[in-house]
Amino acid sequence: MIKKGEWVRIHKIILTPEERAPQVPDDTRAVPLELWVKGFLQADAEIGDQVEIETVTGRMETGKLIEVNPYYTHDFGKFIPELLQIDKQTREILFGGGK
Amino acid sequence: MERANDYASVMGRKAEIMLKSVGIDYSKFESGSIAFDYEKMMRETGYTLEEMQNIQYSVNVGNTPILELKNITALARACAPAGKGARIFIKDEAANPSGSFKARRAANAVYHAKKLGYKGVIAATSGNYGAAVASQAAIAGLKCIVVQECYDSKGVGQPEIIEKARKCEALGAEVVQLSVGPELFYKFLLLLEETGYFNASLYTPFGIAGVETLGYEISMQFREKYGKDPDVVVCTNAGGGNLTGTARGLAKAGSHPTIIGASVSLAGLHMASDEAFNKKSFTTGHTGFGVPFSSWPDRSDVPRSAARPLRYMDRYVTIAQGSVFYMTETLASLEGLEKGPAGNTALAAAFALAQELDQDKTIIVQETEYTGAGKHVQPQLSFARDNGIEILFGDPKDEIPGKNIILPSHPSLLKTTEVDLDKMRKSLIRTAMKTYQVEEPTEEDIRFLAEETKSTEEFVRAQIKANKAEVQK
Repeated sequence: MIKKGEWVRIHKIILTPEERAPQVPDDTRAVPLELWVKGFLQADAEIGDQVEIETVTGRMETGKLIEVNPYYTHDFGKFIPELLQIDKQTREILFGGGK
Repeated sequence: MERANDYASVMGRKAEIMLKSVGIDYSKFESGSIAFDYEKMMRETGYTLEEMQNIQYSVNVGNTPILELKNITALARACAPAGKGARIFIKDEAANPSGSFKARRAANAVYHAKKLGYKGVIAATSGNYGAAVASQAAIAGLKCIVVQECYDSKGVGQPEIIEKARKCEALGAEVVQLSVGPELFYKFLLLLEETGYFNASLYTPFGIAGVETLGYEISMQFREKYGKDPDVVVCTNAGGGNLTGTARGLAKAGSHPTIIGASVSLAGLHMASDEAFNKKSFTTGHTGFGVPFSSWPDRSDVPRSAARPLRYMDRYVTIAQGSVFYMTETLASLEGLEKGPAGNTALAAAFALAQELDQDKTIIVQETEYTGAGKHVQPQLSFARDNGIEILFGDPKDEIPGKNIILPSHPSLLKTTEVDLDKMRKSLIRTAMKTYQVEEPTEEDIRFLAEETKSTEEFVRAQIKANKAEVQK
């Protein structure tokens, strides 16, 4: 059970494929236009329930409850060894060698 | 009365929503034909340079330092013909409160919104502008909503955009994230209607005029430190506001350097495509914005965009994604400066362009942007590799956006590609005639189009004739 007042993230479909703009390319038209937004849960609920939230600007939005206390997981990615070669080469051109 | 909120109905209310949310009656500047009075629009709805400086300095925006990149200059000279290799400088706009030059645009937009009594501001952007508006709204005590295109249909987001969402939230904004599609504008209009907030568009006169201080500062700082104006200014070009504002500011200082626009080449990738979305390794500063917005500025979220880069550009070049990543890494490795990749688009171009110029010339890149998790050469390349993009060393001219990223196997291979400005000028004239359904442009239209395209009335007349012949065929 997720309590009223908890900070949550919701998901909703705002345009179904049929409702999308006429100018979108075919691959985009095959899928709906989706929305994600965060806010304070307005009534006790479970993950997957249709809920109402109040966002930080005081707007009310409804959608499917997908996360409680949502957090970011983006990072510096996996190591790219090529970057070391760039460093090595440019430093050699500039400072290395018999100049 | 319940309003219909389907796509067509909301788009049908666009003009009415825009008028309420921007507070500008654009019809005042219209001629009724192709021409409109651009300078009058900038004068009557913008701010004077002094007013803008006062607004920006009062919220800690602007007065960013100019840094000379001596080691990168030396590297360029090592690749250049004898005697060539201009001194390369950057204006460290990452030093602004929100970490980019966009703070200048946002400071003015938010100031204006507050002056007009709006309770909040909304911006539709996946770029640094979101954080800039959030930062300025935080200072002004206004509410802020940022609408982002963020995920593909599998829910996978560009790390660079996710980082910007984090930053907007950290600065107190509500972030509305959407999946891929131009209907972002539809949700943006609905939010404006629902909240009554100010449309902090990137393309209003106040936003663009806000960048004029950047151009003006470049000239003033250069004169003070080096006793002269820079010879060449390179601007990363996407929506056109950066270049437009900078060029106008330079002109207000009485400085007329060669202005070169630079965009990352994403040739072949469709911007509204769900599948192509995560095959891009840059989310801004690229040709997907730069080319259409320069060829036809009035495709923005306001009736008449104040960003009109073709009026100011002397040259427009593209650069490969791998070359920008290479230069971003080199900026860290040789100059001790870690900055965001997208902001280094112009730097990568400047590295090649400097090699065309004599060593006593100066070339300045007019921005840097902040870097961090997601928005950095490492995660952006890692994300590309995870999406099946091949990353290899080679000649950047063989790079195919969406298939590979080619890191130059030697810095001497880093080159720009010239965009045919005449082709863009012709395209603008053709689109103008078509959009306004004008077969016989007036004398005023011809003068206007010559200004719009930084060409001559003869060029415009010749193009109009060619267009008419085309229609009759």
